[in-house]
Amino acid sequence: MASESIPPAVTVVPPLSIHDLTVAYQRKPVIWDIDYVAPAGKLVAIVGPNGAGKSTLINAALELIPRASGQVRFFGEPYQKQRHRVGYVPQRESVDWDFPVSALDVVVMGLYRKVGWCLPVLPRHRKTALAALARVGMADYAHRQIRRLSGGQQQRVFLARALVQDADLYLMDEPFTGVDAATERAIVEILRELRALGKTALVVHHDLQTVTEYFDEVILLNMRLVATGSVESVFTTDNLRKTYGGRLMLLENTDRIVGKGTSG
Amino acid sequence: MSFQRQLDWPSKTGSFAVRRSAMQTAICLLFIVWSNQEITAQISPHSEASGQGHQTTSQKPAGSLADNRLAWPAAADVKRVLLMQDYNTRIVLWGTTTLGLAAGITGTFLLLRKRSLLGDVVGHASLPGVAIAFLIMELREPQSGKWLPGLLIGASISGIAGMVSTVIIRSCTRIKEDAALAITLGAFYGLGIVLFTIIQKLPTGSQAGLGNFIYGNTATITQSEVDLIWRVAIVAIVAAGLLFKEFGLLCFDEQFASSQGWPVVLLDLILMGLVVAVCVIGLRSVGLLLVVALLIIPAASARFWTEKLSHMTFCAAVIGVVSCYVGAVSSALFSRLAAGAVIVLTGSVMFCASLCFGTRRGVLLRWYTRRRLNQRIATQQLLLAIFETVETALLPNPQQALTDVTVTLEDLLPKRSWTAKQLRRSLHEAQKAQYLASHPGRGHRLTAQGGRAAHRAARNHRLWELYLLQHADVAPGHVDRDADRIEQILDPEIISGLESALFKKYPQMAAS
Repeated sequence: MASESIPPAVTVVPPLSIHDLTVAYQRKPVIWDIDYVAPAGKLVAIVGPNGAGKSTLINAALELIPRASGQVRFFGEPYQKQRHRVGYVPQRESVDWDFPVSALDVVVMGLYRKVGWCLPVLPRHRKTALAALARVGMADYAHRQIRRLSGGQQQRVFLARALVQDADLYLMDEPFTGVDAATERAIVEILRELRALGKTALVVHHDLQTVTEYFDEVILLNMRLVATGSVESVFTTDNLRKTYGGRLMLLENTDRIVGKGTSG
Repeated sequence: MSFQRQLDWPSKTGSFAVRRSAMQTAICLLFIVWSNQEITAQISPHSEASGQGHQTTSQKPAGSLADNRLAWPAAADVKRVLLMQDYNTRIVLWGTTTLGLAAGITGTFLLLRKRSLLGDVVGHASLPGVAIAFLIMELREPQSGKWLPGLLIGASISGIAGMVSTVIIRSCTRIKEDAALAITLGAFYGLGIVLFTIIQKLPTGSQAGLGNFIYGNTATITQSEVDLIWRVAIVAIVAAGLLFKEFGLLCFDEQFASSQGWPVVLLDLILMGLVVAVCVIGLRSVGLLLVVALLIIPAASARFWTEKLSHMTFCAAVIGVVSCYVGAVSSALFSRLAAGAVIVLTGSVMFCASLCFGTRRGVLLRWYTRRRLNQRIATQQLLLAIFETVETALLPNPQQALTDVTVTLEDLLPKRSWTAKQLRRSLHEAQKAQYLASHPGRGHRLTAQGGRAAHRAARNHRLWELYLLQHADVAPGHVDRDADRIEQILDPEIISGLESALFKKYPQMAAS
């Protein structure tokens, strides 16, 4: 779908292509036969109800959990070879924020691969990390212990840790969950900057109201792919009903949610 | 558990390990002081130990079996030990303090990895390994059973086996981690005790001294044993130093580390390997019952002093070294005192001191900050109540100033749900801060300074109220009601917008 807009002379390798991906936990498959090719330079929302396998999709792509079957390619190659081009923002709840590190220390962790085995972090690494913190508006909090940051600020620290890698593809797991308005604006700002630089971001997203405003493409997921494509063509009442079934509390509002994209 | 959360323990298991080992130490020490004679008679007669010839000179030869007093050392002995004039004392201290250093460093990561009790499992699970290694070596060549490297290899193998069984039980069954730890710890230790009972019945007599692995003994350590201990300790220290940032990442965010391509499983194995190494070399001087305390107490204490991983590691290393030094010295001076227990007790004392006086998370500091905050809030609320009272009084005659109106306790009492006692205390505090001047028999008046403070308090309070009304979508964490800091938190344009709304609602505030 997206490839139509790209001139045929230029062969662009998609940043992420997933073929027949199936992932199972203890007993039953969580996601089943996912096929998806991410277009370059777009912001993609992964949308679906709780337990639909949104985080599982990202984690399986990054080989953090074992796959039952299927193949995932990053820029046409296995993940191991293209790791440096992929940035990952985990869920905020996945770590212990009581850990004795400062915001800057956390961001520097994104550079550890570049620092290398057993070598110490150098001042220039700290400088790069500080610049990334400044990009998310957190330069003033660089030396604060991470527990003393608000939820939104913690999320921005995680974002900065991914930004510092200077990757071409970003996978973000619910960056907008439980953050304040200022953080949400900052994250959207960053996402748009990334898109302007030709980078791609796949973002697990919960708030249907903002999908049309923030994103270009959408993946509707409920254990299987319901629909993928541009927001205008895919983010329809019909598809949302298929994704959420009876669970869509806002069903009566969907026309408004979807309509927002076409009008604005 | 709420108690733990209040005190900000580094981790649940950590606090548990600390409390458990402190208790165990006390019991252990009492037990040893009280019935030392029996243990030594059963497992390691002192005559056997003195045959090794490498104990410190200050050690008195064991008296009769009935003699179980702790003899005080002579002043000359104290001097000799403290100044390390003695070669034997020097090597023992060197071996034990490097152990403390290694334990402090590895323990920091063990604590942050939230695996504190795994150290306990390794310690207890090493007992059958020691026994089996002894038996094997005795069978091959009688009288060679106490060769330390052999015993420690046995201890490592069964320690690792204990760790692995915990992991297997946890991951293959529905048994939770704490239960899995309890099961393996108990099973291995039980097996060890049974084997020890068998060994004691052996006719060879060379089993004496094996009991040192349970309670630890530094005084009878030989040079070759110390050499082994400090070499392993140095290897552990160097490895932890080299992998410092990798371990930090592993402990903080394993998932991210894995996504970055760090070999998480390998790093975890190395870390656990270091823990096993430190546990095993700690067996000889601290004993398997308490070796977990040597790992965890320094790290847990260090957490009260700093919010930085490198500082925490350094601090833990220092506490580990000091504990081990004190333990080894007292063991050299009082031959009957179990070094392990003294080491851990010293650590516990330092833990208590850290808990109280720690500059980052110490209880006293938190108590003091909380008290100051409460006082500040009380003063703000008092000023606000006074301002509102005075404001109402001034409405008919606006030419008067805030400082012209006298307020009484009775005026203020219905303003909030405070008791007369609380109110009197707040009034007293405000007088001390020179916000209020007391007019005996009539009440209180704001001073010029108090008038300004009250005006500011009311303004900020009302601005926040308006802000919450107008910007209801903000995260509550953003709002700081105790705020002289409203200017630091909100953008100037938001504040000026709020202010114009404020002046519309309360025109008198613009005037004053």
